[in-house]
Amino acid sequence: MIGVISYLVFFSTIAAILAIAVLGLNLQWGNTGLFNGGVVASFGAGAYGTLILGGTPQDGHWGGFELYYPLALLGGMIFAGVLAWVVGKLTLRLRHDYLAIATFGVAVAFENVMRNATTVTGGAQGIRGFERPLQSLIGSGFTYNLMFLIAVLTCLALVYVFLERLTVSPFGRLLRAIREDETAARSLGKSPDKVRLAAFVTGSVIIGLAGSLYGTFYAFVSPQDVLPILTFQIWAMLIVGGAGNNKGAMAGAFLIWGSWTFSGWALSRFAPVEVQLYTGSIQFVLIGMVIVGMLLWRPQGLFPERLVVSQPGGGSRGKTQAEGLT
Amino acid sequence: MIQHLVDGILVGSFLSLGAIGLTMAMHILRFANFSHAELLSIGAYCALVFDKLFESLLPILAAKIGPLSMTGALAISIVLSMAITGLSAVLIDRFIFQRVRQKGEELSMVFASFGMALIIRNIIGLVFGLSAELYSKDIAFAMILSRDPLLLVKPDQVFVLIAALILMFALHLVLSRTTFGFSLRAVAENPSLAQVHGVNLKRMIAAVWIIGGGLGAVAGIFYGLSYQITPVMGRDLVLPIFAATIVGGIGSVYGAVLGGFIVGIASNLALVILPSGYSPSVPFLMILAVLLVRPNGLFGEARA
Repeated sequence: MIGVISYLVFFSTIAAILAIAVLGLNLQWGNTGLFNGGVVASFGAGAYGTLILGGTPQDGHWGGFELYYPLALLGGMIFAGVLAWVVGKLTLRLRHDYLAIATFGVAVAFENVMRNATTVTGGAQGIRGFERPLQSLIGSGFTYNLMFLIAVLTCLALVYVFLERLTVSPFGRLLRAIREDETAARSLGKSPDKVRLAAFVTGSVIIGLAGSLYGTFYAFVSPQDVLPILTFQIWAMLIVGGAGNNKGAMAGAFLIWGSWTFSGWALSRFAPVEVQLYTGSIQFVLIGMVIVGMLLWRPQGLFPERLVVSQPGGGSRGKTQAEGLT
Repeated sequence: MIQHLVDGILVGSFLSLGAIGLTMAMHILRFANFSHAELLSIGAYCALVFDKLFESLLPILAAKIGPLSMTGALAISIVLSMAITGLSAVLIDRFIFQRVRQKGEELSMVFASFGMALIIRNIIGLVFGLSAELYSKDIAFAMILSRDPLLLVKPDQVFVLIAALILMFALHLVLSRTTFGFSLRAVAENPSLAQVHGVNLKRMIAAVWIIGGGLGAVAGIFYGLSYQITPVMGRDLVLPIFAATIVGGIGSVYGAVLGGFIVGIASNLALVILPSGYSPSVPFLMILAVLLVRPNGLFGEARA
């Protein structure tokens, strides 16, 4: 029984961390229409940033500044934000698919650099020697994991509230306006490039937060954690949940992560030994099929975005209809 | 240094072939197709199957042609593989991309192409196994072109370069001399206007996929001849091919050819300064550099 509960805590922690990343992606794709093909770069930037800043010094590589944990967490997020800013600055004013290609490139290059820059990142062995915050106080057992889950859920709730407020704020409406009709938004004196960049960086910082928490939870990060498949998983979560809808995005995270772990477990339990080598391939095909299948048959996701009509008399929320597109 | 330059030109020859198809599809269908590099894998594996088949059916064909590790069986397989890969590209478009295209926006297509890449790559891995394959198990010895500076070239690589150049020249003739080529370019410029003039849009889209798939298959086979065939070759090639299209300018076939060679040469020259572990990052750096200096590439035009 304890085993099941402790597994559920572990599972929920990872799913909640991924849900934060999905929320960040939802701001980019769902609300602004920006294609981020390198979610894993922001995620990894957060994880590596936090672990390098907050870790203990290790022989043979630079880093391990033993910063106060909140500062390390913040540092990871800032690292993710700066990376996104550079890419966004270069690509957001160009054709839409340039961003997709450039972000995909960032993810490839990020993994590549983390794997090779041994003196900073520990190379293929990854970063060790990170002390989880408050671990000396609580110990590393079940209690710690439970506390950590609560902390992650609090972060998730904060991010959710922040994004919900943002979506109904004038800025959120501006984002949707730009997504739906850029020319119209421009004609109202808005500057789509700047707004897009702001949304892209904010989303990446949120994804960076998820990465920081992930790195903190395992007290370890290696290039294996920043492989492209993570991008696809987070994408699948968003598309299943329904782009544009934050609640759906979170539900999608739990649903897809649940199916992913379940399929992995089922394959290792019931599949013949010779098939088990291919567990990864089978799971990757499934993720691909989820993405393509959803696009073909239910592009709006299981929980579609409720479009708020910003015209007097047409809207469902009093707050948004009165102001219109300001 | 000169060795890197020569290697770069040889790598450039199959990057160019891959980039031509990608740039055409990106221009006419207006989406970045992340599954394009998987067509290279399909082509390479397809040729592998036929190669083995012909060698066992007609042992005469297993003899090597001159100094190449290329056999008669492989030569026939290349042609068959081009046809089949082109056909699979058309089918993937019919069943997946076309339906997504009708439903949604351009970016949904990019997204679908990510999913398709994942599916194709891993199904290939499931069918053929995850380990690397070779067309010929024999060691291909390099020719020594000069001893000082030391310059080594494999006969296969020379063949690859020449064959690639011939194919590109053939494509150039088709695009610039035939009615079909004119229609294709008209569709790329303005699809609705081209249709008014009696160009069959659907047929042109299919043609783009057949050309892209066919050239992609050759690129994949040449990659397999130069290195080895693995299920993840598409994953490793997708970024260099995108870099080639962006350097050349999206939509420009000549740009893609030049871009392929530039990316190939630059990636190899970069090894002079960078440790070889970093070479997968080089295409990305090139994309960034081009976006900074000349966002539309060498031959591209601005288009929103």
